[in-house]
Amino acid sequence: MSTAVTPYLEMSQAIADAGGEAFRKCYQCGTCTGTCPWSPITHFNIRKLMRLSQLGFDGIEDLMWGCSTCKFCVDRCPRGVEIIDLVRSVRSVYAGGGLLPPPLRAFVGSLTARGNPWTGDAPKRNDWAQDKYPLFAEGKEYLYWTCCTVCYDPRNVLVAKATAEILEKSGLSWGLPGTDAQCCGESVRKVGDLDLFEKLKNNNLGIFSATGAKKIITISPHCLATFKQEYGEDYEVIHFSELLADLIKSGKVTPTKDAGGLKVTYHDPCYLGRHSGIYDAPREVLSALPGVELVEMDRIREQSMCCGGGGGGLWVERAKGERLSDLRIEEALSTGATVLATACPYCIAMLEDSVRTMNAEDKIKVKDLTELFLESLEG
Amino acid sequence: MSRIGVFVCHCGLNIAKTVRVSELAEFARTLPDVVVAEDYKFMCSTPGQELIQNDIRKHNLDRVIVAACSPLMHERTFRKVIENAGLNQYLLSIVNVREQDSWVTEDEDVATTKAKALINGAVFRARLLQPLVSRFIDVNPDVMVVGGGIAGIQAALELADTGKKVYLVERSPTIGGHMAQFDKTFPTLDCSACILTPKMDAVLQSSNIELLTYCEVEEVKGFVGNFDIKIRQKARYVDHDKCNACLACTEKCPGRGVSEWDEGLVKRKAIYIPFPQAVPQKPVIDRENCTFFKKGKCRLCEKVCEQEAIDFEQKDTFREVKVGAVILATGYDLMDTKPLIQYGYGKLPGVHHALELERLFNSAGPTSGKVVMRDGKTEPQSIAILHCIGSRDKNNHEYCSRVCCMYSLKFAHLLKEKTHGDVYQLYIDMRAPGKGYEEFYNRLVEEDVKFIRGKAARVTDKTDNPDHAGKLIVEVEDTLTSQFVTIPVDMVVLSPAMKPRQDAKDMARLFNLSTDKYGFFMERHPKLAPLSTMTDGVFIAGACQSPKDIPDSVSQGTGAAAEALTIVVKDKMELEAATAIVNSAACCGCQNCVRVCPYGAPMFNYEKNVSEINEALCKGCGLCAASCPASAIITRHFTNDQVMAEMEGLMEF
Repeated sequence: MSTAVTPYLEMSQAIADAGGEAFRKCYQCGTCTGTCPWSPITHFNIRKLMRLSQLGFDGIEDLMWGCSTCKFCVDRCPRGVEIIDLVRSVRSVYAGGGLLPPPLRAFVGSLTARGNPWTGDAPKRNDWAQDKYPLFAEGKEYLYWTCCTVCYDPRNVLVAKATAEILEKSGLSWGLPGTDAQCCGESVRKVGDLDLFEKLKNNNLGIFSATGAKKIITISPHCLATFKQEYGEDYEVIHFSELLADLIKSGKVTPTKDAGGLKVTYHDPCYLGRHSGIYDAPREVLSALPGVELVEMDRIREQSMCCGGGGGGLWVERAKGERLSDLRIEEALSTGATVLATACPYCIAMLEDSVRTMNAEDKIKVKDLTELFLESLEG
Repeated sequence: MSRIGVFVCHCGLNIAKTVRVSELAEFARTLPDVVVAEDYKFMCSTPGQELIQNDIRKHNLDRVIVAACSPLMHERTFRKVIENAGLNQYLLSIVNVREQDSWVTEDEDVATTKAKALINGAVFRARLLQPLVSRFIDVNPDVMVVGGGIAGIQAALELADTGKKVYLVERSPTIGGHMAQFDKTFPTLDCSACILTPKMDAVLQSSNIELLTYCEVEEVKGFVGNFDIKIRQKARYVDHDKCNACLACTEKCPGRGVSEWDEGLVKRKAIYIPFPQAVPQKPVIDRENCTFFKKGKCRLCEKVCEQEAIDFEQKDTFREVKVGAVILATGYDLMDTKPLIQYGYGKLPGVHHALELERLFNSAGPTSGKVVMRDGKTEPQSIAILHCIGSRDKNNHEYCSRVCCMYSLKFAHLLKEKTHGDVYQLYIDMRAPGKGYEEFYNRLVEEDVKFIRGKAARVTDKTDNPDHAGKLIVEVEDTLTSQFVTIPVDMVVLSPAMKPRQDAKDMARLFNLSTDKYGFFMERHPKLAPLSTMTDGVFIAGACQSPKDIPDSVSQGTGAAAEALTIVVKDKMELEAATAIVNSAACCGCQNCVRVCPYGAPMFNYEKNVSEINEALCKGCGLCAASCPASAIITRHFTNDQVMAEMEGLMEF
């Protein structure tokens, strides 16, 4: 059998047409693969994925699910290639017909049928709130956009609650979306299902305009980045960490309870940091907590390491030894911190999972900023 | 009793890392007649030079020894230094402890001992050094430029602009060179003709330039400031003084020759101008293809020429031209790719070489700028451009031809523009090191040219794949994915090596130049004297020195003009005094010196039966003195006594 291959330019063109034309700029220096957090632990090779795409060679399918869209390579690429666009496009071209890896089938299926990725019943979306918190309506100032994950994932429900509690104490005029809210679509867009993304986007934009929401608070950086960069409508979006930092500065909420020398380290979520450029607000919040000492890990801010949950990674099961979140927990432990704080539901889910499988629950706790902040208010 | 100063240079760490420099100075202080010895980090720098001059005054020195780099590098520098301190410049001795010691010795003890021996020898010789007085000769103010490509044109125009008379010698019937064959130039995509033809015209119009087309350099005599060059005017069979450039002759001519201009893609007439914008606009007859010269009848051109300019009796003529300096800008040849049978050039009609494609792009070319296959009508739908054909290849030319990456990118752009086909670049490394070059590369990458990293291994028209039938199949490894790739295309373009002119060696011999190991003209120093040669007064510019693109060739043309000017701008020039002289009373007339001299300096005077040495040609190498059986030749500054004394000093170690 011949092993010779021939460029398949129609395929290459299809990828370009799907929005990945940026790969043409790539001159194959390998900065991306050298930067990629997966390189040391898996066979995923982003440079090779670009190369195969440039010429339409076989093998794209074997590589295309490896990326967690952390954007580290994009920020370092000397040619300014929008590498994530390429990943999205190859997934769209190759998996557009439904040829998804099994774990992602359930994810996409749930999104299609229920508008959220967690097979949750839509009417139960706000069950976590137990009717304690107001719904958003015309005339209110802030729409607190709850991510599907904080609504349905039991661990993250705590984050939804903490956030709502803080908002209540802040005295701001705010409200939750109704149960017609759906996933922002960030992950499914990265998985390549653009039609579904459009559907979700239109649903949510409809809610914004029907309720007259002009200021939207997101708890998930994925919603934040998507609303800001992909929805493109006329409203203001901020991440809750930014709002919280402002509330502290303006004295609307004041943390009082001393944590007694609690060592906390902070993990920059990729979608809050590299995707949205927010590095300082979460650190300002942590620094304002009495008795909390912020100890930094080696890889932080612009250089932060991905938890592995982006780009659909949250729904993909990985073998031990191939999990970025495990490495991140090790790095957090090495700082001597007993709390690993972060500000993203996906990161929380990934890191919690690692703490559990690594049997490190008695050494370190994973907490959202809001949870830590709420603890310092009570007492 | 001499008063000698010894100055040891560290040359940063070049010398100091292997030679213990302070120990060397200490050692020198112990030598008889040495009154001062010092070491310093950079003796050639201003503080280093002042150190020497201060010591000359303070210690009343009458001899100076500098232990540093090769005299080729800084002998002139240090001569000036001591001259400015009041010493005759020939009372200097350079000891080379860098190239001949620290750079070639690993062991510190060995290197230091060797340096001591060299300094000891230099001290022995320095005691015997004599002040010498330089002679001055008249300088001819004119310059000759050989080669009418862009480098030569540039040089000629710059010189003419300063008011100097320039003879521009070109072997073909027109100036313009390779650049006139191009349609566009990288990276700006300037129209080649738009930037070149005005310069060609400026040459024609300049009252300071005497344009000698269809001419060859036949013989070179003389020396810097006073060259005497014999030029052969090849017979054109057209009297250019009478010709009014109506070109009626070229229309009527039935003879056909291969168009050099169009790289053989089409035929031209036997009486022709190479291309419509040629300078001069006057034809020549190609004797090989002229019906009259072949068959003895025709003379159609003569019949239509109202000026009676056709002259079948014309013969080659010769003239002597005297100039003070010469610039060689003789350009390059493109490698013949036929011997590289794996690429099929000459056998597979779809395979083209770079200059052929340049002609296809050119609006004045055989297809009026349309890119078509050799059938003259089919537009290729896919084209592969193969880099490094014969370059970076030990089997052919080891060097990088330096311009191919960029012109291949230009090709890709023009091919995309003119054919809308798929274009592949097959490269080893992309080299784009020039202003705006990387940006041009980036632009092409974004124009969706397919880049395959790997050198094409073979082009074939044989395939088992029915989809590829009728195509040329290019075989290559994509080294980025480690896959063997076959690419079916309609057209293959080879980017072959640029090589020295076929007759570069003959030209080098005429002007007494050396060539590098590839046959390009050798510069005096790759960094500090890139346009000079080992022959004083002969300069080089452009691709005759190494492969070069247009910006570099133009820069060199300008630079060489400035270099030539440094000679011809002066009425008189100083000659090196360290030359050989013949004691005619002792000369036995054997002419050994005439035979051994590489510079042609000794001439035999048949009237007096003795050799005489032309000081302007003599480099003071001493070959003649060493081979003179009668010891009648004295090499000043390296007399037998001086050399023997130095040997004595060396042998104390």
